[in-house]
Amino acid sequence: MERLKTLVELERLRASILSRREPEKPCISICGGTGCHAYRCEDVARAFESEIKRQGLRGQVELKVTGCHGFCERGPLMVLYPQRIFYQRVTTGDVSEIIEETVVKGNIIDRLLYVDPVSGKKAYSEDDVPFYKGQQRLVFGSNGVIDPTNIEDYLAIGGYSALSRVLFDMKPDEVIEEVRKAGLRGRGGGGFPTARKWESCRNAPSSDGIRYVICNADEGDPGAYMDRSLVEGNPHSVIEGMIIGAYAIGSHYGYVYVRHEYPLAVANLSIALEQAREYGLVGEDILGSGFEFDIKISRGGGAFICGESTALMASLEGEIGEPRPKHVHTVVSGLNGRPSNLNNVETWANVPLIINHGADWYSQIGTEGSKGTKIFSLVGKINNTGLVEVPMGITLREIIYDIGGGIPDGKKFKAVQTGGPSGGCIPESLIDLPVDFDRLAEAGSMMGSGGMIVMDEDTCMVDVAKYFVKFLTEESCGKCVPCREGLDRMLDILTDITEGRGKEEDIELMEELGGVIKEASLCALGGTAPNPVLSTIRYFRDEYEAHIREKRCPAGVCKALITFTIDEEKCTGCGVCARECPQDAISGEKKKLHTIDQERCIKCGLCSDLCKFEAVIVS
Amino acid sequence: MTTHATERKGPKTVARKAESDLEKVTAIVGKYGGNRDSLISILQDIQSEWRYLPEDAVRVVASQLGMPLIQVYGVATFFRAFSLTPRGEHIVSVCLGTACHVRRAPAVLEEIKRRLGIEPGETTGDMRYSLETVNCLGACALGPIVVVDGEYRGQMSPGRVKKLLKK
Repeated sequence: MERLKTLVELERLRASILSRREPEKPCISICGGTGCHAYRCEDVARAFESEIKRQGLRGQVELKVTGCHGFCERGPLMVLYPQRIFYQRVTTGDVSEIIEETVVKGNIIDRLLYVDPVSGKKAYSEDDVPFYKGQQRLVFGSNGVIDPTNIEDYLAIGGYSALSRVLFDMKPDEVIEEVRKAGLRGRGGGGFPTARKWESCRNAPSSDGIRYVICNADEGDPGAYMDRSLVEGNPHSVIEGMIIGAYAIGSHYGYVYVRHEYPLAVANLSIALEQAREYGLVGEDILGSGFEFDIKISRGGGAFICGESTALMASLEGEIGEPRPKHVHTVVSGLNGRPSNLNNVETWANVPLIINHGADWYSQIGTEGSKGTKIFSLVGKINNTGLVEVPMGITLREIIYDIGGGIPDGKKFKAVQTGGPSGGCIPESLIDLPVDFDRLAEAGSMMGSGGMIVMDEDTCMVDVAKYFVKFLTEESCGKCVPCREGLDRMLDILTDITEGRGKEEDIELMEELGGVIKEASLCALGGTAPNPVLSTIRYFRDEYEAHIREKRCPAGVCKALITFTIDEEKCTGCGVCARECPQDAISGEKKKLHTIDQERCIKCGLCSDLCKFEAVIVS
Repeated sequence: MTTHATERKGPKTVARKAESDLEKVTAIVGKYGGNRDSLISILQDIQSEWRYLPEDAVRVVASQLGMPLIQVYGVATFFRAFSLTPRGEHIVSVCLGTACHVRRAPAVLEEIKRRLGIEPGETTGDMRYSLETVNCLGACALGPIVVVDGEYRGQMSPGRVKKLLKK
């Protein structure tokens, strides 16, 4: 491929790609996101490939492995175009039938359709599935139709047209103004106005004129994976956003800092960058505009703190990923002491959308202070695990019940945790809360990068608080005392409470300690670290009190406070528990009631897990 | 608790890397143009080659990047992705992300620890298994999830651990 040297050449290429496309030709799109990979979707894709060959259909049926479609719960997923027939839980055994019946004859295979558990209705396309119906997939929607390793697919859906518009029709100031008018706020957590950041970076003095543009793809919040799915599934949208940002800021050097735990994201991003460079969309003299910008990929080493801007930049310099005080902002002095603008993956992916559709269109979506959509990863105790993109301002109830399908096994909803380790738990009483940056903060949580972990009656809120504090003590870099020592002490107290040594004054002590950590920590990790504890105290004080006063874990989670016993009515004396108990703590004659020796029991839970008759009671 | 633990043997001595291996290290550093901003990537490539960071390889990296050894050592010990000790033949990673946590991943980890007789970060005496934990693999629909040698095993429970490790 020869480098594109002008705008005309880009449009000519696009026209030629589109003229070669056959929209009526059957196309099987298989979700190749990491979730579906875990379900072995690559085996399914391979099976399709050989089946197409075997049935002599090569050239007549197109096969595409795309990025994540979002509905991870029902993977492996596939969509057959042009009819848009949606099949779920597809296995290699279904492949020949799909080709024979659906692709060739046009017959629907009923068992592969999604059935709405509430209405019992079958869904023929994604649009009929409640999980997709409630969403507004502006940023994430293209994932299902493009092969991320083929730049032509991105060009076919209008890719890089925002870039050409910016380069040839807009001045840098106008780009910043458009983003400001759109009301775009950073999707990585804090929700800082993007245009303000760009402007500060553009205006900051640089001795040699060097400015950096960085994409934060070090998605560290446990339970959040939307950034990965964007980088994996639509890497060009992120690259295009970065080039536009670089043009507005006046930067020629870009970095993407991506987690090493995301090998597929690294691979697809590398391919995309290579192709963009080959086509002249990245590098010197982009599209003949005279503007130059190149991007380097840097892999993180699995440290949560490197999602923090100054720590990330230190890590890029080859230093230990420790944050530094931010009295001088990174937009003034960041990477290598130069003005540096860092935005999150999803923020960058929103930029081409704003340029293409205009700020007026964009700012109609969302609420007063939070515009556009947000992608959440809806996980935990929820029927429809997956990635959902919704307009800002949608209520938690709509996300959890309408899109998420509610709580599995008829259990009762207890809370939803947002914002990762920096966020908090929102109780059932606030389920009608509209989700945006400001309302979540008012509720003691935060938007964060968009993890949404649903918890049911079997989740112990004290244990959840302990989980996050433990996570944070491990991930705290240890540089400043309030975070390092404060979190350690907090973990000690929480451990005492969950192990039955809690004292009456512990709750107040943690509230006080939390205040100090928030106030005095060096960076945002420490500054937000007490949130999981403070928010659970705020909404679930009774659970703390049950642990402390009654030495009881109401959810039956904290090992030291629970006992395993066997239900006389339900036990059939099958002996499975006795055979598998690692402590030989269970005894009983065959076909007679078994009993657990409490002295020897280590509460590993193996017996309750293995019992087919649900005869093991946890209390 | 110790009744079922794997018998601990002394760590198997690992042969020092021969000179030819160091050429491989040089090649890896060269691939990144000898740039400091690629230090993490360089260490990752070395680790995927030897499953850990051999001391002499780390020394070569430091000298070729013109960085103090202490700084390279600092980075290698700061990030949880790196191991300075040899790791086992099979790597068992238990996801402890929040979604897996609320679906009882800690109980799964306890059972694996009990069966292998090691803590996370350790390797069995026979060098067969290394146990690790990871903070989220982003395959939450399958949680709790355990990855054995790169293969995802979803919907784990303490009762399924025995079968998992048999393979």
